[in-house]
Amino acid sequence: MNRTTQRAAFSLTPWKRLWPYLRAHGGYFAGLIVSNLLIAVLDFYRPLLQSEVIDRFILAGTLDGLTGYVLFYGAVIVAEFLSLLLNFKCCMGMEMYTGRDLKDACFVNLQRLSLDYYNVTSAGHSLARVMSDTDRIAGCAAWIFPDILWCGAYILGVFAVMLTLSVPLALTLIVSAPVVAALTVYFQRRLIALNRDVRTQHSKITSGYNEGIMGAKTSKTMALEDKLCAEFEQTTATAARAGILHGRMRAIYVPLIVMCGALAASATLLHGGRMTLDGRLSIGVLSAFMTYALSLFQNFRILANRISQAISLQANVERVMGLIDEQPTVRDSAEVEAVYGDCFAPKTENWEEMRGEVEFEDVSFSYREGGEQVLSHFNLRVPAGSTVAIVGETGAGKSTLVNLVCRFFEPTGGRVLIDGRDVRARSQLWLHSHVGYVLQEPHLFSGTIRENIRYGRPDATDEEVLAAARAVNVDRIAAKLPRGFDTDVGECGDKLSTGEKQLISFARAIIARPKIFVLDEATSSVDTVTEQLIQHATRTLMEGTTSFVIAHRLSTIRQADIILVIDHGRIVEQGTHGELLARGGAYHALYTTQLGGRNLS
Amino acid sequence: MKKQNNPHKKAQLLAHHLRPAASALAAGILAALGATLLRTLFTQIIRFTVDAVLLGDTDRLPAALAGLEPGALLLAACAAAAGVAVLEFAVGFAQDSSLPKASERFVKSLRDALYSRIQRLPYEWHVKNPTGDIIQRCTADVEVVRTFVMDQVLELISTVFLIAVYMGVMFSMNTAISLAAFAFVPVIVTYSVAFYNRVSARYTEADEAEGELSSVVQENLTGVRVVRAFGRERDELSKFRVKNERYARLWIKLGDLLTVFWSLGDLVSMVQVLCVVVMGVRLCVAGEITLGTYLALVSYTRQMTWPVRSVGRTISEMSKAGVSIDRLLYILESREEQPPAGAREADLHGEIRFEHVSFAYEEKPVLRDVSFSVPGGTTLGILGETGSGKSTIALLLARLYDPGEGRITIGGIDLREMDTRTLRRGVGVVLQEPFLFSRTLRENITIARDGAGEADIARAVEEACLDTAVGEFTDGLDTVVGERGVTLSGGQKQRAAIARTLLSGAPVMVFDDALSAVDAKTDEAIRVRLRRAAGQATLILIAHRVSTIMQAEKIIVLKDGRIAEQGTHEELMRLGGIYARAANMQAGREPDGGGEDV
Repeated sequence: MNRTTQRAAFSLTPWKRLWPYLRAHGGYFAGLIVSNLLIAVLDFYRPLLQSEVIDRFILAGTLDGLTGYVLFYGAVIVAEFLSLLLNFKCCMGMEMYTGRDLKDACFVNLQRLSLDYYNVTSAGHSLARVMSDTDRIAGCAAWIFPDILWCGAYILGVFAVMLTLSVPLALTLIVSAPVVAALTVYFQRRLIALNRDVRTQHSKITSGYNEGIMGAKTSKTMALEDKLCAEFEQTTATAARAGILHGRMRAIYVPLIVMCGALAASATLLHGGRMTLDGRLSIGVLSAFMTYALSLFQNFRILANRISQAISLQANVERVMGLIDEQPTVRDSAEVEAVYGDCFAPKTENWEEMRGEVEFEDVSFSYREGGEQVLSHFNLRVPAGSTVAIVGETGAGKSTLVNLVCRFFEPTGGRVLIDGRDVRARSQLWLHSHVGYVLQEPHLFSGTIRENIRYGRPDATDEEVLAAARAVNVDRIAAKLPRGFDTDVGECGDKLSTGEKQLISFARAIIARPKIFVLDEATSSVDTVTEQLIQHATRTLMEGTTSFVIAHRLSTIRQADIILVIDHGRIVEQGTHGELLARGGAYHALYTTQLGGRNLS
Repeated sequence: MKKQNNPHKKAQLLAHHLRPAASALAAGILAALGATLLRTLFTQIIRFTVDAVLLGDTDRLPAALAGLEPGALLLAACAAAAGVAVLEFAVGFAQDSSLPKASERFVKSLRDALYSRIQRLPYEWHVKNPTGDIIQRCTADVEVVRTFVMDQVLELISTVFLIAVYMGVMFSMNTAISLAAFAFVPVIVTYSVAFYNRVSARYTEADEAEGELSSVVQENLTGVRVVRAFGRERDELSKFRVKNERYARLWIKLGDLLTVFWSLGDLVSMVQVLCVVVMGVRLCVAGEITLGTYLALVSYTRQMTWPVRSVGRTISEMSKAGVSIDRLLYILESREEQPPAGAREADLHGEIRFEHVSFAYEEKPVLRDVSFSVPGGTTLGILGETGSGKSTIALLLARLYDPGEGRITIGGIDLREMDTRTLRRGVGVVLQEPFLFSRTLRENITIARDGAGEADIARAVEEACLDTAVGEFTDGLDTVVGERGVTLSGGQKQRAAIARTLLSGAPVMVFDDALSAVDAKTDEAIRVRLRRAAGQATLILIAHRVSTIMQAEKIIVLKDGRIAEQGTHEELMRLGGIYARAANMQAGREPDGGGEDV
């Protein structure tokens, strides 16, 4: 976010997109406007009411009509109290419901967006859009806009009242207004810039702590403590300087505006006092003017502050709307949706069973438009129930094929067929409901082990959960935990080790009874003995399931029907274990390395 | 963690960190008091002007002013008011610039102390305490304490002073009205305290709902592949909607309370002013007070409203701030690592010996009577299942833990007799999940060796097989990694950490499953270069992949914390035990015959 964009003038375009969200809670919105205008009117009326006593009772030396006055004053107070109640209630409702709707819209679209979006957008970034940006926008809609309205109405109202009471005296205040307005604009701009520095420094401190705490084990092994402490002290010193600079600017600004008010009141007193002495003005009116003079410029400051807050929020609105408007790259066509439904309202009655036959037909693919071709004119037929092993170096692009089968990405050329039909001819949810996926970096959801396994198929019985767990040794993990299968795994499963998480996500995939089974380095952090056990168990369980296995360990791969060797994103060899060994190429080399140069014969 | 520290200790903590802020704080408080006095004076000038000039009631005027024309008197009064306004500006500036200064100095001192303490706490502490919680304490709790001390307590001080001054002035003007006006003060304060106490319970509830909502979104985003692969979008959405609705409802519930509170507060204040107005009018008409006095009394009453209402808030926030201080004390009172007993110089290139070492973690035995030796400059391989205690050996060697029994020596000197820092600089440990700092790759790699030459850096990068990856980044070695830059894969992180350790030139290098995320071929390439790059250094390779360690001069196999087998690759293969079985399985030969039929 550079300075020029931040200073960009107020533009209505992004805010217009917000309108439907405000209109949805029209009742609150209307209540908010009415109550704010009411409060503004009562706020500039009250000094008038108070000064009325001076001329009417005190200077006249009579108490006649005091009771009526008090009753009227009381009614004004009650009216203001009710307006305030209405105002706060509406603001709160507006804020929370608009925020809720914006969050909902963001989240819904996040469920629709394709993985290419997630590949370039960090979770933290999207989280900030959903949580803090929407909160700030909703807060702005509920509090900042109405404040601007209230302030503007108050200032205009005061001007109008003053002009009605006494034009010459009103002019004393009105002529000084442009000067004060210019001052507020000047200082407000500088404060925004300084405040941005403060926030930047603040986030540096937070990331300093992040590093200092998350990296503590590493820095300890390298004895870097003193170095890091010295660096951190630099960061806090810079932050302190930024805070002090901001404070100093504010220290000129705020008292300056207060002083303007007090000077204006002094001038009013002088001018108005002379008029009073000449008998051209009553003391009551002078008193009302004094009250206005003391408070008017504070409202200038509040107005300038709220407007600059609103302008700075434009960026948040743009980001949230950008997320809501973002279109997924992988989309089901209207015809497909008509038959199969979308991901929130599937029409399962129209779904066919899947056999699990996969075919790549002249498939070409690159992750970026114009980027390197990862696949070109690739053809492969995988009969239902067979196992495809994909081997190759780290980062060689082994996941690409899997991404295409799962339709996380779509080929740039050619077609992927499932059971003989283009994958695009059916919905994503249909496909995904038939896929079981185990990732190298396993992801669990907070909740118990049981809930995590059941995530694969929510209607699975307890017995089925247990059977799946037993198949992959999760029962042994659970047995060691205090509450067994009902042990909470922590946020993202962080109370368990990587190996344990891999096994649980394995069980989760098994219970889904998939027709296509994808294992992406699924047991890399599991020890050799356990891995062996799992292989045997799954072989029986996954009978008739088409499997795609990505693995480092050749022991896992030997039994595959088709082995694909990938190098630098291309398929360099293809065949069975025996064929590829005999060929003496890349697979042979890999196999020898794994064995550590031992004689193969 | 739940322990409540005594108030004395909390006060001590605040006092300690307020010390650097003392002068600014004193200036700020004095200025704030000055501002109150000037404001009082301003109101008095108005009072005087109304009575003496506008109403011509010159009885109480000082003799020097008594003879002046009303016009001249008015000018003098307005000049005085303007003068006070300018003084107020000066004092306001002093106040508003000193207090942020004090606040920043206070918080800097506190932050530095926390950071430094965290860096120096023992390894074990970091294992036990979740990072998210610690970060929360260092950021959010520090802000709570800062706001409490620098805003709320200071406001309380100036409010008490303001009430004292106004009381004095108002009572000197009229007792009855003052009594009525001040009768509201305890009412407002009690009302605010009671209210904020109720609010805080609902606030905690709403705050937790926000945390829950945030977790649901976070988990959905990080687990997006799982959600998609299982087609669970619908369930995720309904899970989200429940939490989102709850979040909105709880805040609205809190809002309802605040709505009543704020509106009622305003109502009470308005009634207070009305009371003063009515009484004032009666007394004025009765001739007991002058119009100027009446105006001054109304003005003081109005100015009291806001500060008095904030007192209630401060009092009720006190317990919240107390909790935050407790949470900071938990960090600041944790015991730092013990300084080394002796500082004997050791030849770190010498032989490493473990002599009957046993170690238990939280009373669970991890290593039992482990003895072995590694001659300087040779390579030791360690193999074992998850939980067999193999990582503990690395941690003991860097003295991140001390053995419960037995001793560990390098070059004949017990680790406990060496300077810990020298030892750790000399024992380069690459952890399984290494941490890279959020700065450039170059800075990361040279972090343990300042001023390394370009040639050295390039060599370390190449030896760690990181050169290809670096070549693919647009900014090469100047690519910023971590949260502020590109995210590296697990394998890339491991290789960067290896380069970092190689460049440090440590005489002992320990690789704790540091190649688990790279493929066999890269693993092989690194291992070949590693032995060459390490030169005279002693290497310890910990792995569960046989190929990683098979070329080591000596291999030990750990099982349940004991050494089960040791020897060279050939010896262990001949032995036909755990090692041989693992080697065969990983080679794809299955001794149990389970896979023969495929």
